[in-house]
Amino acid sequence: MQQVINGLFLGSIYALFALGYTLVFGVLDILNLAHAAVFMLASFAALVLVTRLHLPILLALPLAMLFAGLLGMVLERVAFRPLRARGDSNVAGLISSLAVATVFEAVALEVWGPNVERFPFGTLPAEDPAHQLHLLGAVISRLQLTIMGVAVVLVLLLTYLVRRTRLGREVRAVAESPRAARVLGVDVDRVIAASFFISSALGGAAGVLYGLAFNSISPDMGRSVELKGLAVIIVGGMGSMPGAVIAGFALGLTEVLVVAHLGGSYRDAVSFAGLFLILVLRPRGLLGAASLREA
Amino acid sequence: MSSADRALALLAAAALAAAPAARAAQEVVKIGACLSLTGPAAVYGAQQKAGVQAAVDELNRIGALPGVKLELVIEDDASTKEQGIAVYQRLIGREKVAAILGPTLSNTATAADPLAQAARVPVVAVSNTAPRGITDIGDHVWRVSLTEAQVIPGALQRAQGSLGFKTAGVLYGNDDAFTQAGYEVMKGALSALGVHTLGTQTFAKPDRDYNAQLTALIGQKPDILVVSALAENAAGIVAQARQLGWQGPILGGNGFNSAALIKNAGPAAEGVLVGTSWNRSSSEPANQAFLRLMASRGFEPDQFCAQAYAGVQVIAEAVRLAGLKGGRDDVEAGLQKVKDLATPLGRFSFLPSRDGSHEPALQVVKGGRFEIAQ
Repeated sequence: MQQVINGLFLGSIYALFALGYTLVFGVLDILNLAHAAVFMLASFAALVLVTRLHLPILLALPLAMLFAGLLGMVLERVAFRPLRARGDSNVAGLISSLAVATVFEAVALEVWGPNVERFPFGTLPAEDPAHQLHLLGAVISRLQLTIMGVAVVLVLLLTYLVRRTRLGREVRAVAESPRAARVLGVDVDRVIAASFFISSALGGAAGVLYGLAFNSISPDMGRSVELKGLAVIIVGGMGSMPGAVIAGFALGLTEVLVVAHLGGSYRDAVSFAGLFLILVLRPRGLLGAASLREA
Repeated sequence: MSSADRALALLAAAALAAAPAARAAQEVVKIGACLSLTGPAAVYGAQQKAGVQAAVDELNRIGALPGVKLELVIEDDASTKEQGIAVYQRLIGREKVAAILGPTLSNTATAADPLAQAARVPVVAVSNTAPRGITDIGDHVWRVSLTEAQVIPGALQRAQGSLGFKTAGVLYGNDDAFTQAGYEVMKGALSALGVHTLGTQTFAKPDRDYNAQLTALIGQKPDILVVSALAENAAGIVAQARQLGWQGPILGGNGFNSAALIKNAGPAAEGVLVGTSWNRSSSEPANQAFLRLMASRGFEPDQFCAQAYAGVQVIAEAVRLAGLKGGRDDVEAGLQKVKDLATPLGRFSFLPSRDGSHEPALQVVKGGRFEIAQ
């Protein structure tokens, strides 16, 4: 039971990270490889807000998300928009996002150094063993509960935004066909910028939560989720948001259960073998087939 | 005062200050220290610098070597192999030192020590702990610091003496030569002590989530958790184990031997056990004298400081045993005779492999700092 909790906990962070990843892919058909770098910088931003300005983490989290979102818009303006007019902008965008990721990581390395930083003690109220939640023999800390809660709320918020608001409709319209959307009077550039903002804010939230969960913030922290996030959005069906959430939780659970029953050395081997299997059996991913975007 | 006047005054002052020393000492023995004063290992280098300076000053002050004056040349290797090699070339070729002390990192030693070996200059390593590849470089490389293979079994034995554990859960990083080697030593030491290992789990250096591994280990209800990890993983492992409700003891390898563990794990680090080569609270006169000396210099020493101090003592003892002669061959011959030397680390001798030998100790984290477990 404890392992299931561990898996859901890890899965909620994967899901949040992958959600932003897949949103940009759905809209632009471009993989934004700088997503992991935004994840890392948002975590550092929250750290600075908490340590230098002594803000409570509940205030620092939305501010770091805002910062990440703005970073995403800059990223879009610098790395993607200039290339969009060209013929083969997908590969070029992939490479330029990789370049931006490298720059971001180098900046972080220069500013904060290679050491692992952590949020100061007392950022979250101290855990009291007497008040820990026990569920069917498993221990759930308040931290884990908070992080899973924040992740679920953000997922629901995004679903609402995409399904029920005007911006959401425009995002979906651009995803179907940028040209048709433009004909219908949608400001495509604005919608793309907005998608980048939302995507990066979600990635940033994942970064802050990751830093809180494992108390480890370092310039290379994005590496540990970069490939996992990619696997999650492929399994979930490229561009499918519910797919990313389901696949995120599935990956978290798979990893934890493999470690528990086969040992840590097999974790990535089994996870990625599963990814391969799903690609062979369902080339569009779990929920990708439902999408009309390929039409 | 013009700058020329000032230079003259300085010269005069220097001559006055140097005169009595020059009369007293017929022979000058130069010791070159290659330390990481900048770069990632600078935190160790600062301790080592304080240790070697204190040792040289003290030995000269009390006249430990009649007719011989020790002179120290400290150079910074910037925690890199490349600069380490440059420093060795300078110490060997230009400074013509009698012996080299250092370098701080095993990694640098593997690159730079072969130069000294080729030039037949004795090297005394004071902080290299890699079990293999240091004294194997050649017969001119000596080592004062204990290896992982020497510290961990001693620490486990002491811990078992006081805690009486019979079963263990083991967690180690399997993608790093240092943590992997630490694990091999732990495995051997545990089975030698008759401790039954219930489960073994692994992780990789970039991992930050160890909940799955720890839950699996804790579920087997071992008496102790034994962990081989680098400092950056160690704090996370300890914090997450406590969060999962683990109340039992945790014993770590040398990667735990770092202030970063206490800083990053905070209250969770309380009670964590780590082996060490320096017993800070030893009542041996040599250790007490060292503590008094460092206190008088306003410096808080750690293991690296004590080892560096002992390294200078060992070189001085070699000079004494060689008949107060300070040539490279003399020091080399003297090193072969060093035995039962009283140092802050305890009674020090060399093994036939030229590795150091003295009693290791066990530390426990108490009130946010390392203390010796009695």
